Amino acid sequence: MADKKTKPKTFQEWMEVNIWGLLVVLALVLSVGGLVEIVPLFYMKNTMEHHTYPEIVWDKVGQEPIVSVDENGQQQWNWKTGEGIRPYTPLELAGRDVYQREGCYLCHSQMIRPFRDERERYGHYSLASESMFDHPFQWGSKRTGPDLARVGGKYSDEWQRQHMRAPRSVVPESVMPGYPWLDDAYVNGKKMQRHMRGLRMVGVPYTDADIEAAPAVVDGKTELDALVTYLQVLGTMVALDESKTYRD
Amino acid sequence: MEASLEQKYNFDVVRWFTVMAVAYLVVGAAVGVYIAAELAWPALNLDIPYLSFGRLRPLHTNAVIFAFGGSTLMATAFYTVQRTCGTRLWSDKMAWFTFWGWNLVIVLAVITLPLGLTQSKEYAELEWPIDILIAVVWLSFTINFLMTIATRKTSHIYVSNWFFLGMMVMIVYLHVVNSLAIPVGLFKSYSVFSGVQDAMIQWWWGHNAVGFYLTAGFLGIMYYFVPKQAGRPIYSYRLSVIHFWALMFGYVWLGAHHLQYTALPDWTGSLGAAISIAMIIPSWGGAVNGMMTLSGAWDRLRTDYVLRFLIIALAFYAMSTFEGPVMSLKTVNALSHYTDWTIGHVHSGALGWVAGISIGAIYHLMTRLYHTEMYSVRLINFHFWTATIGTVIYIVAMWVSGIMQGLMWRAYDEYGTLAYTFVESVDAMHPYYAMRTVGGAIFLFGAIVMLFNVLMTVRKSLSEGSLNKARALPATA
Repeated sequence: MADKKTKPKTFQEWMEVNIWGLLVVLALVLSVGGLVEIVPLFYMKNTMEHHTYPEIVWDKVGQEPIVSVDENGQQQWNWKTGEGIRPYTPLELAGRDVYQREGCYLCHSQMIRPFRDERERYGHYSLASESMFDHPFQWGSKRTGPDLARVGGKYSDEWQRQHMRAPRSVVPESVMPGYPWLDDAYVNGKKMQRHMRGLRMVGVPYTDADIEAAPAVVDGKTELDALVTYLQVLGTMVALDESKTYRD
Repeated sequence: MEASLEQKYNFDVVRWFTVMAVAYLVVGAAVGVYIAAELAWPALNLDIPYLSFGRLRPLHTNAVIFAFGGSTLMATAFYTVQRTCGTRLWSDKMAWFTFWGWNLVIVLAVITLPLGLTQSKEYAELEWPIDILIAVVWLSFTINFLMTIATRKTSHIYVSNWFFLGMMVMIVYLHVVNSLAIPVGLFKSYSVFSGVQDAMIQWWWGHNAVGFYLTAGFLGIMYYFVPKQAGRPIYSYRLSVIHFWALMFGYVWLGAHHLQYTALPDWTGSLGAAISIAMIIPSWGGAVNGMMTLSGAWDRLRTDYVLRFLIIALAFYAMSTFEGPVMSLKTVNALSHYTDWTIGHVHSGALGWVAGISIGAIYHLMTRLYHTEMYSVRLINFHFWTATIGTVIYIVAMWVSGIMQGLMWRAYDEYGTLAYTFVESVDAMHPYYAMRTVGGAIFLFGAIVMLFNVLMTVRKSLSEGSLNKARALPATA
């Protein structure tokens, strides 16, 4: 038991005999790195490309519904492929929920890097603005399977369905699990409305009409329909101009 | 003297955490071996949702990090803080709350993850109600630890406790910020952040789950158990001060290196890489500090089974803290990112360093907590070799497959077109995925042997009555 009354000689020693001092210094030291790296991303304009190139976001975002359904069950699309980044439709969002639930992001990235081989294999490199409505992001960290950032339109709906049910029936070397249970589960419209309202609270600009239309849009659709719809929209929202770099 | 400690200190909660840690090591490694086998032989997914790779992989990571790693940290932190502060835990009740609360979190993880209830943020998959429970239990652990130090009988706070405390504070920051989400159902929520900001916050969490939970916490273990087992003081006090503050300040910045060449702004990734390189110095300082503690007593490695685990763990620590900064360099990262190399790197840290130092500390704890010798030293030696060989097979398989993937993806033929389709690279991985499964299975076998040995030691202690005898001795010393 050393004498507690000896005066500490250095700042380090002061902390070693003063637990609350150590705690406060630690709390400060530990916060620096995160503050410097994270906070600027929220306010620096050049983090998101649409601040410089507003045309990559759909110009009617938050003003008009993406898709609405009339009394006869006919879908009216206000957005067309390539017109710009927008929130997901209720059916796409349901597909994205399935994508999250099944842990697809553990083997598939959605982030194309600016390399020649990735450009030829997957397409134009991914922009930050392209995932601006992705809560949470799905960039992934591993490619046990290929990148999916621009998989939309690369395969037919029917191929995607067969591939989900039994991957090795279309790609013999694949190590992907089969997802036959997606055929048997139906998307719930009320639940999708709840999900959309939640997303609106964290900043996704859904209009009231978007949320109102959800049950009609997803009515009778299976989880497999939803997942395929989600995959088919990936990378197709904005038609990027090959002559622009979009980054400084 | 040793025996009277039973009345002075709360070792009961340490005993329970210690035994549970070993049980969770077996569970976590078993799930790991199964999902490794699924990648080699995908028919093992069995078309059953609860067994498919995407749902079991989070169960594997949560089981090894939070169940095994967490139980080990709580056992060793509660033990170390009592021994180095010369006082009993501040609150026994709170310690038991931590024990049962943490195990409840683990049970909920085992139920919810195979059901597909996930926030889909790596290593932070558990849904919001469980996240709240984690926060409460973690605070109870932290407050009890802090108050025990505040009521200490010694003058100075020992270095192990600095590391434990740094981990606790940082995990509070990380867990709270990264888990911020808007609930849209009892077990469904969406992150309040999106896209690039969410990515940065996720990897700030992701890397520091490694840097603080799995490194700083386990360095706390190292700084107590290595000198204690070697019976000599830590090599250099000054080096531990440098190691500590450099690690606390620097590690926080590293997350950005997980996002090199992505849509994260270049400045952030470069900053992350620059600090990553600098971190070689404190990391190696710490590894040297631990290893040199043995200087003059190297012969102990021939006979001391605990020291052997502790020192091989430090060797893996030095190796993976060199590999990590190298992989954070942009040119290397361009090749290694998205490949199995990352998985190999994680496992050289997780199996070699984290599990190694934990296993050593647990064997050390077993004899002191149960007041008897281990049931079988031969089985411990057997465990040492299975753990080491299993780990080496695993990481070699992942080095080869990872570098091969990276090279195949970027290879061009003489006509200037991509030489391989993606699926050809998948096909080429098969032998290495099989090899990885074998390495993991060898490691798992060693863990099962350890669990058997630990349980038999508990039984031995009960039948000898040595624990009861120790409890009955008056607390005079």
